[in-house]
Parts: sequence; structure tokens; C-alpha cells
Amino acid sequence: MIQSDLSIILPEIILAVYAMAALMAAVYTSKDAMAPLLTWVTGGLMVALAGWIATNGEGTNIAFNGMFIDDGFARFAKVAILLAAASVLVMSQDYMTRRGMLAFEFPLLVALSVVGMMMMVSAGDLMSLYMGLELQSLALYVIAAMRRDSVKSTEAGLKYFVLGALSSGLLLYGASLVYGYSGTTLFSGIILTAQHGEVSLGLLFGLVFLISGMAFKVSAVPFHMWTPDVYEGAPTPVTAFFATAPKVAAMGLFARVLYDAFGLAVADWSQVIALLSVASMFLGAVAAIGQRDIKRMMAYSSIAHMGFALMGLAAGTVFGVQAMLIYMAIYVTMNVGAFAFILMMEKDGVPVTDIRSLNQYAKRAPGRALAMLILLFSLAGVPPMLGFFGKFYVLRAAYEGGLAWLAVAGVIASVIGAFYYLRIVYYMYFGDEGEGLDKSGSPVLWGFLMASAAVMLLGIINMFGVEGAAAAAAAALVN
Amino acid sequence: MTVFAFYLFAISAITGGLFTVLSRQPVHSVLWLILAFLSSAGLFILLGAEFIAMLLVIVYVGAVMVLFLFVVMMLDVDFAAMKADMARYMPLGLLFGLIILMQFVMAFGAWDANAAAEGLRAQVTPTDMHNTQALGMILYDEYWLLFQLSGLILLVAMIGAIVLTMRHRTGIKRQDAITQMMRDPAKAMELKDVKPGQGL
Repeated sequence: MIQSDLSIILPEIILAVYAMAALMAAVYTSKDAMAPLLTWVTGGLMVALAGWIATNGEGTNIAFNGMFIDDGFARFAKVAILLAAASVLVMSQDYMTRRGMLAFEFPLLVALSVVGMMMMVSAGDLMSLYMGLELQSLALYVIAAMRRDSVKSTEAGLKYFVLGALSSGLLLYGASLVYGYSGTTLFSGIILTAQHGEVSLGLLFGLVFLISGMAFKVSAVPFHMWTPDVYEGAPTPVTAFFATAPKVAAMGLFARVLYDAFGLAVADWSQVIALLSVASMFLGAVAAIGQRDIKRMMAYSSIAHMGFALMGLAAGTVFGVQAMLIYMAIYVTMNVGAFAFILMMEKDGVPVTDIRSLNQYAKRAPGRALAMLILLFSLAGVPPMLGFFGKFYVLRAAYEGGLAWLAVAGVIASVIGAFYYLRIVYYMYFGDEGEGLDKSGSPVLWGFLMASAAVMLLGIINMFGVEGAAAAAAAALVN
Repeated sequence: MTVFAFYLFAISAITGGLFTVLSRQPVHSVLWLILAFLSSAGLFILLGAEFIAMLLVIVYVGAVMVLFLFVVMMLDVDFAAMKADMARYMPLGLLFGLIILMQFVMAFGAWDANAAAEGLRAQVTPTDMHNTQALGMILYDEYWLLFQLSGLILLVAMIGAIVLTMRHRTGIKRQDAITQMMRDPAKAMELKDVKPGQGL
């Protein structure tokens, strides 16, 4: 029994064992001098694992008495998580090395947090859910405070840690209530007790607490307060990581709990998710308008995007889950590109995050400005770009799921939100003359920016097959 | 007798919890928390879970709480400032607390454990072994994955503590045993004949 179980979680084991072995190797040999190499190797391993999971996995495999589920949904999320984490690692290497911030622990903490994320999207039990979540969060708290000589970075780490601990408390309380009322922590057991129309009040209470805890992790309003401060304070590569892989993992976990454990009681949670969704979209769109710091702006942007992704979940249909997965895949690709651009924003070797420093950027670096223009249009959801199709999918899912009001609210919010994306375009092309940014940046960052922009344009042809994969993944989750 | 013991432990656990929150001195809070833990250990013994009871006493009271006590004693907490903040947020906090309490009364009033719940519960206490062994069986067999994951979580915590606090300072003088042993009086000392009234 144990052998078949182990072969199912082999990707996670490989990554965890690699992280431990690399940690020992680095501690006993050259320490931080090895860090750039380790960063690339970790990224390479993640890409290899993503390729392996994408091509090899088949069907639904259940390991460890149902605590670990490896199905199409988990594999889709894992591939997205691994690729996102690998891209951010590779992008951050040059930036962090030049500023003396790259400790050899950084890639390994990222690798361990990715193990946690892979557990999250494969969780089949409240306990393995919590273990995965904590493994992921604990590593994230540490890398947020990585630049320990900076007050802002330390504050970001501490704030994230305290609020994260609070949300874990909420989640655990919900889990204990769910366990108390259903008598089991296995999702497959909870679903037997949580059938439509028979959900007891206590179970519903537990579910609300669970949703609150998970909403914190996806930074959905009203659990978003930590996001702008943490995004601003953390080193930029860490911010880029926060905005990509953990979001996919948390949305995957959300979908996993709602469908695997409470899938027969859609009506009971759909309204809660719809409320989170509409609040996130509007707050993200309105609050970003006043931001001058591009990292804070991206924080509000990610809150708004999470609102749209939650809209797909709120629909409560197979198509809704498919729309959510497509949305997340597009969101991650856009954010990798946007953060590649932000990582290149510097003046005399010092990183700049003020959006007004982008004045007349198009004159100095027309290629990059054009790529960023495409990404910003895509983030705003302007039609020819891929970002529009992501929004279109979730809106359609909400409409078909009987939530027409939510779809209308989504359209209004995305129109409001378009303002602050387009303002950056305005600064880049028509801003005042002033002291501009350097035209520096490593070729790796440039490559990611261009590739991401190209995907936004070329993806509209067939989405590189993501649509079909997402449909299969959604069908595996909702049955 | 068992009933008497149960109420004794239960009441002292609740009292301990209550005064942990209410007492003004943080050190007293920690001491009340120790009482709550000891009473809970008593409750576990009544349930027949003597291993967990001992864990609670040894790990929580013996190690964690003593550590807490030291930390709390070292901290310099400004109670006046905390009270001022408290007064500001108290009304709102009380309102939310009251709402949530009322909802809970409703939830627990409608307590209705599912009929299938009993059957779904994992068999944790086989009758033919004592419960330390039973815990071991379930921890290293059924919950193997979770056990390993908690190990990984502790590893991350350890790496985190080192990354965030260890500083490699340069220019500090470290003890070097070999150099110390290789010294002899000829290298370590120099004899000078100081003439009276001249100094060095």
C-alpha cells in the first residue's frame, strides 16, 4: 500500500528531498556563493516536474486513505504553480544578486513553500489542507522579511505573520466545527453529511470560518488589509512571487474544499463567495486609483483579479471552475510579465517604484513600453488581449450560473479598474518630460516581459490548449 | 468520584482560561494558563488518554510555558497605551463579539450531529493495546504523510529563524585552540629590564 501511495506523491517528495539535500550542500560548502546556481537549478527542477506532471498524470489517484488526491484539477494547478514559481525564481536571481540580497536559503524556501502549495491543491482532508497551508505560509512569512535591515521589509514580514496566524486560527476553528458536526476530517466523508438541504447550522458555521481563513490567503475583501503593505514592503522579487504561485494554490484550495467537501450544498456557499467576489472587485478597482507606488497598485490589482476568479467559483458549475482556472492561468502569465517590467524599473542602480517615474518611458525604450502597454491592456481586460477572454469566461460563467447581477457588477468594476492601468500607459507615452529611468535590466527579465506580452497577443488564437486542459481539470473536480 | 473529579477539573480549566484573559499582570496570565493546562491534563486522564495528559504536562507546562514566562518577564509592555487603545475599540469589539456569540447560541442550539458521523470516526483506541502504542500505530501508519509534513514545517521554521536572525560578523576574535596550544613562553612573553626612574 505504502509503495503505491509514495509513487502518487513522488513529485512532492522529489522537490522536498531536493530542497533538503541542496540545503545541506550549501551549508557545508560555499554558502551564499552557491545561491545563483541553486536558484537556477531549483527553477529548472520545477520546470522539469511541471513537464512530468503535465504529461504523465492520468485519472484520479487517491493516496494515504484519501488524504492526498491527485486528479486532473490538482495537476492543472500544480503545473501552473511550478511554472510560476520557476519563472519568478529565475527572474529574481540577477536583481537579488546585484543588491546582495540573494541568500542560498531563498530558492530553497521557495521550493519548500511550493511543496506546501502542491499539498494544498491535492488536499483530501482538513488536516492535510492545514499542513500544506502552513508549510506554504511559513516559508512566505520568512521570505517577506528577507531583507532584514529594511524596516519596511521587516514590517511586511511581521504584519503578514501576525495576520496570517489569525487567519489560520479562524480556519482551524472552522475545521474543528466541521469535524465536530460531520465526525470526520476527510472531504469524502464530509460530503456525505453535507448534502443539499441537510447542511446543519453548525456545519454551515464551520464552512463560513473555513471560507474566512481561505479568503485571507487569496486576499479577498474583507480579508485583504495585509496585501498592500506586504506587497510594498517585501523585496520586489518576493512580491512577484506572492502575486503569482500562492494565489493559484489558494484558489485551488478554495475550489477543492468547496467542491470536494461541500459540493452537494452549492446554494449554501455560493452567496458567500459572490459577496467576497463583488467586494474584492470594487475595492481593488477603486482603491488602486489613489496609489502612486506601482507595487501597492499591483496589490490592489491582484485583489480585484481575485474577485473575478472568485466569480467563477460562485457560479457553482463545471464551467465556472473551468473559467476560474483559465482566469488564474492568464492572471499568472500577465503578472509574471508585469513584474519583469517592475524589476527592470531602476535609476542609477536603485529600484524605483513611483509610477510617475515612467514619464516618457516610451521614447527611451519603445520595445519595453509597447510590451508593458500590451500587458496593461490585458490586465485591464481590453478586448483584443488575452486578459479580456479571462474576464469574458468568468462573466459568462456567472451569467449562466444565474448570477446576472454579479456579472453586471463585474463589468462595472472592470471599467473602473481600467483607469489606473491606462494611466500608466498615459505616463509612458504622453507624460511630462522629466528625469527618466535607466534603460537597464538583465536579458532574462527582458525575455520574460516580451514572452508574456507575446502570449497575451498570440494566445487569443487557441490559448495554447489551456482551455481544454482547464475543462478536463474542472470536470475532474466537479462530479 | 469520577463526576466530582470531572467538575473539579472542568471548573478549574474554565477559571484558568478566564483569568488568563482577565488578569492585569502578564506573568499572572501565564500562571493561570498553566493551571488551565494542568486541569486539561486531568480531564484527559479521566478520558483514559494518559499519554496525551503527560504530553500536556511535560511539553506545554514544562517547556512551552516556562519559555513563555521568561519571554513575558523580559518584555516591557506599556499598559497605559494598551488601555487607551482598548477603550477606543471596545464598543465595536463588544458589538461584534455579541453578534457572534448570539449566532453561536443559535448554532449550538441546533446541534444535530449527523447519523453517519459515528460510523465515519476513525478507530483510534483499539482495546488490545494501551494508548501510547495505539497513538504510535496511527501516527506512523495512517497519518504518516501528515507526520512527515509537520517535520517539513518545523524545518522551514528552523531555516526561517536562522535566516532572519543570524549575522555573519567580520572582524570578531574567535578562540583558536591550535594557535593557543602552539604558543610557548618565548613567543608569548617578552622580558624587559626597566631602569629605575625611566619607565618604558
